[in-house]
Amino acid sequence: MARITLQEVAHSYRRHPKDPSDYALKNIDTVWEDGGAYALLGPSGCGKTTMLNIISGLLTPTRGRVLYDDRDVTRLPPEQRNIAQVFQFPVLYDTMSVFDNLAFPLRNRGLDPQTVRRRVQEVAEVLDLTADLKKKAAGLSADAKQKISLGRGLVREDVAAILFDEPLTVIDPHLKWHLRRKLKEIHERLRLTLIYVTHDQVEALTFADKVLVMYEGEVVQMGTPTELFEEPRHKFVGYFIGSPGMNFIPCKLDGARAVFDGAAVPLDEETARRAREKEGPFELGIRPMYLEVHDSPGDDRLPVKVLKVEDQGIFRILTVQLASNTLKVRLPEEKPVPSGNAWVRFPRRWTKLYANGRLVA
Amino acid sequence: MDKWESNRAWFLILPVFVIVAFSAIIPLMTVVNYSVQDIFGPGQRFFVGMEWFREVIHDERLHNALVRQLAFSCMVLLLEIPLGVLIALAMPKKGWGVAACLVLLALPLLIPWNVIGTIWITFTRPDIGLLGKTINDMGIAFDHTARPLDAWITVMAMEVWHWTPLVALLAYAGLRAIPDAYYQAAKIDGASSWAVFRHIQLPKMRGVLTIAVLLRFMDSFLIYAEPFVLTGGGPGDTTTFLSIYLVKIAVGQFDLGPAAAFSLIYFLIVLLFCWLFYQALQNVGTGESK
Ligand SMILES: Nc1ncnc2c1ncn2[C@@H]1O[C@H](COP(=O)(O)OP(=O)(O)OP(=O)(O)O)[C@@H](O)[C@H]1O
Ligand SMILES: [Mg+2]
Repeated sequence: MARITLQEVAHSYRRHPKDPSDYALKNIDTVWEDGGAYALLGPSGCGKTTMLNIISGLLTPTRGRVLYDDRDVTRLPPEQRNIAQVFQFPVLYDTMSVFDNLAFPLRNRGLDPQTVRRRVQEVAEVLDLTADLKKKAAGLSADAKQKISLGRGLVREDVAAILFDEPLTVIDPHLKWHLRRKLKEIHERLRLTLIYVTHDQVEALTFADKVLVMYEGEVVQMGTPTELFEEPRHKFVGYFIGSPGMNFIPCKLDGARAVFDGAAVPLDEETARRAREKEGPFELGIRPMYLEVHDSPGDDRLPVKVLKVEDQGIFRILTVQLASNTLKVRLPEEKPVPSGNAWVRFPRRWTKLYANGRLVA
Repeated sequence: MDKWESNRAWFLILPVFVIVAFSAIIPLMTVVNYSVQDIFGPGQRFFVGMEWFREVIHDERLHNALVRQLAFSCMVLLLEIPLGVLIALAMPKKGWGVAACLVLLALPLLIPWNVIGTIWITFTRPDIGLLGKTINDMGIAFDHTARPLDAWITVMAMEVWHWTPLVALLAYAGLRAIPDAYYQAAKIDGASSWAVFRHIQLPKMRGVLTIAVLLRFMDSFLIYAEPFVLTGGGPGDTTTFLSIYLVKIAVGQFDLGPAAAFSLIYFLIVLLFCWLFYQALQNVGTGESK
């Protein structure tokens, strides 16, 4: 086990990268604490797999350093790094039995047969593979195959971390939930460092203590699920996390107020002061659940037109028109739903200002 | 649908029947016809029943040719398959080298077969051939026209040179079809390169290698043009394979009856191997799909 540090890591798949768009990873500075359960969340193509491969040593980064504790492993291949990785699609050694598949990483490292048997049986137990141990791996179902892949990742006791690259994509939803619980359990019991790549926010938020959100080759935010929800540091986080995503309104600064289409929303002094040092374009951001709706005018209330109401069980989603902007509002079930004309208020605590996509704070 | 309409479908496959009749059934029946007659000349023929079959089955020279043929085909497999796999493993995986290797490998496959025989004659002739002369000048006596062992070595070398590229191309295609994730997983699992070969590359090549084995076995079993041009089946009978012997009987001695009987037996042997290989292929198919 180890703390894993990425120092100013950048990676390009091109031989002679020139401008920033040639890089699949741009200047990553991240520390993965020993024993943490991390989720790496981001859209397709944002560089998640690239990042994992750099951590595991399958790729050598174009620039920067990778440290395990204080040891520089940047140029070491995976087998000298003591790390486990599970891939999106099951990788099996077809000609071997399930037992031999699970034992393979251990035997390659010259462990004695007793330890091998003990570890394989433990892992098979956890993954419900005990009954299949003697079978040929090739004939099993897709689910079982991916469990074997997972098992090969879990079988080594002493790894610095286990990296999962969307390991449950090919697994059926019920079993997926079950396996995620298992992983969580294993994490709680053994306190291994787990890094779990996904582009499913529910999966990320339920699995991890800390979530890293990646966007176009950068880590735009690392934080607990609550932090990501309440303080999105990048427009993309606001948008990607939460359902529906954050509302954004293009605006201009006027003293301590954000103005748009003749309307104005007050900001706190500190935000306004920092914003003046930045370049635009500016945007106001607010989560649908924090936007207040009223049926009468009042202080700081802006008139809106209610366009649509969607009932989603324990809450409702309102679509309202504020001047030229369309906003979503999330109302708890018990709140009355205004129709036709209504007024919205932007509570100062939850109203965020973004300059060029990044939070002003 | 009424009866007439469904029967009309037969007319649609009639052309196929006609073509097959002319290309396979009629020639085959002619051979069957020959195999039960003694033919002295046009209009002079007698029915002899199973006589030719009895004679051919007890023909010592045919037995020798069959043994020689089987030995040849097995050696072909033993040499070409491992060599082809080695070449495929050594080939570059990307860049301009790939195209260069593919072209180089394809060259022997594109040359007409009797030309290959001619190339190897000129290449290995002890008096003027580049290789033959060099070996002899080095003090090693080598003459494929006089010494049986030398003749075999030359025929094998020609065969390997000619057909190993096919095996290599098939194996290379098999290797390229292995997803990168397998190699990545093997690295993470700490597998040695032998383990990668043994547990990933070889199993994933199983399908193409089975096909390569079948193709090379059948093809070498039917080999005619190259060794005929190179050695003419000699010295003596030492490189007389089945088809060379067959042609010797049919054309050389004009024994049409025995030759026809021999053809039919040869045909049945080939059919038997085809069936065995077909079974093997089927099993490969089901093994892969799981
Ligand atoms: N082997 C490669 N060669 C060239 N470009 C690559 C290679 N692998 C990835 N890329 C590019 O690098 C970028 C990041 O890819 P990466 O696979 O890390 O994304 P990802 O976040 O894992 O996406 P996904 O969710 O689809 O798996 C993408 O633009 C991709 O096209
Ligand atoms: Mg990926």
